[in-house]
Amino acid sequence: MTAVMDAPRLVTARPLLTAQGLSLNYGDVPALRDVSATVYPGEVLGIVGESGSGKSTFLRCLNLEETPDRGSYTLDLPDVQGNLFDLDRFARRMLCATRIGIVYQNPHLGLLMRHSSSGNVAERLLIAGERRFGVLRHKARGALDASEFPLARMDAPPEELSGGMQQRVQLAKAIALEPALLLLDEPTTGLDVSVQALVLDTLKRLQQDRRITMVIVSHDLGVIRTLADRVMVMRRGEVVEAGLADQVFQDPQHAYTQQLVHAKL
Amino acid sequence: MTLQSLTKDWEPMAYGFLDGSAKREIRRKMLKAISVPGCQMPYASREVPMARGWGTGGLQVSCTLVTPRTRIKVIDQGADDSVNAASIRKFLASVSGAPVTTDTLQADLIQSRHRIPEERLREDQVLVLQVPNPEPLRSVQPNMSIARQMHADADYGRMWLQLYEQIVRSGRVMQGASYPSLVNGRHVMTPSPIPRWDVPKLHMARHLTLLSAGREKRLHAVPPFTRVEPLVFDDVPYRVEDHAGLTCHRSGARGFFMNEIPQADGTSLHEVSDSDLGVKTIRAAEGEDTRIGATWYVDGEMS
Amino acid sequence: MTCILDVRGLSKGFQMHHLATHMAAFSEISLTLSAGEFLLLKGRNGAGKSTLLRTLYRSYLAQSGQILFHSSHGVIDLARAADVDVTLLRRTEIGFVTQFLSARPRVSAEELVAEPLRQAGRDPAEALEQARHWLAAFGVKRTLWPAYPTTFSGGEQQKVNLARALILPQRLLLLDEPTASLDASARAALIDRLAELKASGTAMIGVFHHPGDVATLIDREIDLTPDAPQEETRTDVVV
Repeated sequence: MTAVMDAPRLVTARPLLTAQGLSLNYGDVPALRDVSATVYPGEVLGIVGESGSGKSTFLRCLNLEETPDRGSYTLDLPDVQGNLFDLDRFARRMLCATRIGIVYQNPHLGLLMRHSSSGNVAERLLIAGERRFGVLRHKARGALDASEFPLARMDAPPEELSGGMQQRVQLAKAIALEPALLLLDEPTTGLDVSVQALVLDTLKRLQQDRRITMVIVSHDLGVIRTLADRVMVMRRGEVVEAGLADQVFQDPQHAYTQQLVHAKL
Repeated sequence: MTLQSLTKDWEPMAYGFLDGSAKREIRRKMLKAISVPGCQMPYASREVPMARGWGTGGLQVSCTLVTPRTRIKVIDQGADDSVNAASIRKFLASVSGAPVTTDTLQADLIQSRHRIPEERLREDQVLVLQVPNPEPLRSVQPNMSIARQMHADADYGRMWLQLYEQIVRSGRVMQGASYPSLVNGRHVMTPSPIPRWDVPKLHMARHLTLLSAGREKRLHAVPPFTRVEPLVFDDVPYRVEDHAGLTCHRSGARGFFMNEIPQADGTSLHEVSDSDLGVKTIRAAEGEDTRIGATWYVDGEMS
Repeated sequence: MTCILDVRGLSKGFQMHHLATHMAAFSEISLTLSAGEFLLLKGRNGAGKSTLLRTLYRSYLAQSGQILFHSSHGVIDLARAADVDVTLLRRTEIGFVTQFLSARPRVSAEELVAEPLRQAGRDPAEALEQARHWLAAFGVKRTLWPAYPTTFSGGEQQKVNLARALILPQRLLLLDEPTASLDASARAALIDRLAELKASGTAMIGVFHHPGDVATLIDREIDLTPDAPQEETRTDVVV
């Protein structure tokens, strides 16, 4: 089981994200059971677990797409107060549009496939109130460039792009407003292995250059190993183990984590 | 004592075709629409002796507003004499006994399809626009329940995105008629399929505009002296149709919205779209005593 | 001398759930380490030398005992410290040197080496300059500096790794056989760098297949073989 550690003593910054005791049932089926997580500014938290473990549900809760039956969620940001699950639809939308970026496994969830790629990025800026066409172009180009998207194709619609490129558009959209929190739901699943490596590399660069706080969900331990500082292992809606990424992978404590790690190696 | 002395002469109990409760409902919805400028109000939309899509929304509003003393003008694409306009005018007159006119200046109530007259409307005039599709978000959000939430949240990012896409693809905004406009800084509305030329006329106008869609069962309003701002990027100015330099081949009127009449040799002639203005211009040129009111556009420029 | 590390009664074993067995690695280890001191871990194969290093680094979770690290912020028990604190210390005060490089696609050798300095907040240009200095010192050919180490031979990767691991002076350095299969000139460069760091006060604990490689640096030895004398002060070195 997860060892109980001391409270942070050297790191004095407050956690950016604090989720406490999230529980959610779909009818009789528990999707989340008392899930808690803390993420510090600049940290990358990885969540692993097989399909149905509740990891994506947890991420949807963090993106305020879903509201748990119980639990609280706070972000330590100026003008953001209280349990975010108490916010109304309007406040949630504004918060998600301006402070939280998300990349979905399925680009159809995150992108307008027939609009231009740059337009997909610009939409975020438009929601935030940008009304200068020139600035929209400039910022969309900047975000696409940071996501290592080929700028010659910035006005091509995502439906004409490869899977890897679509993920880059999603990423550009997610980081366009320099969010405080970036959520990644299986960002490389379904891509060719070589493309996967490139997208991962882009993520790693962004993380290092901008110190974006990230929560990344994947069933692929390699992805988590590459990106995450800390790991949370979930099964059947529960956190079975959490710790430093290298520790969880090299010295897993829980039987389920051991099984997961050994299956990979 | 005679029976005659105890009773009134026969007179119609109601006029305007619709029954009293139908008119009362529409009146209430109009008041609501005026209270929340640009916000669409649902209404029952009764049957009228006309097919849906031919102006039944405008007709129901006109039937509700009309009294035997209201002077009515009806235009279709700017013309008083098109079949549809003539039929509606005749119908309104016959169900209310109201006098009719083609002169914009004389009219109390103007029902119109796709145009706003070129002469400035006054505080005492009401413009009723027929609306085929009242929902500006329909093209970006097919689910009307969600579209309503978007209005509630003033979530118009997708509308702006549509303009962005048009500029990226075509180098300019391609939206011709029904240019989405922000009313009173809050609700985006479709101004019905009037050309871009007419949208600025709604901004801080003296008259009341009611926009009604019979098939879609919704009406919205632009009260007098209300801001109506077409959605435009700060650095891509709003442009009206390039008609400022065109001259009407029949009346010689210049600097107004024109209809293009293609000729056999491939060229085009132009004719002023506001037929009443054209007629008045011709009469004035022939020396008749005709009064042409102040127009919104002077020398092709919005004044 | 300033105490850097004070390990008390440290034990580690592995619970292997699928075999339903517990495998002990080491138990009740106590040791202290001062600034500028070099401690050699000895013991036969399987005595738990590398396991101890990883436990000190918190890649492995200690079962019991304390790992009191005297950080620049004060004393902290690495066996129980919060994950974020450990991450912070790893970035700034505790280094771990192995022979294996974790290269990443599309990151050049010089960028990879400069990274610890950049993460510590140094100016990127200055970091790059230092990175080149250390690549040169460890004998990585100049033409390879802007290339991606994923394509390098094992030997070259190892040199890049050493340059990266040793570029930022740390308070505590854990060395897990860094000299294995290293060529003579790179080994000499490594020993020079370790001596330099040691002189500047870095405390080191190392596991070496051939302790003779670092004979000149060793201050003390500990034998982890069960029943071996726990700690002995080194008098001479058998090469």
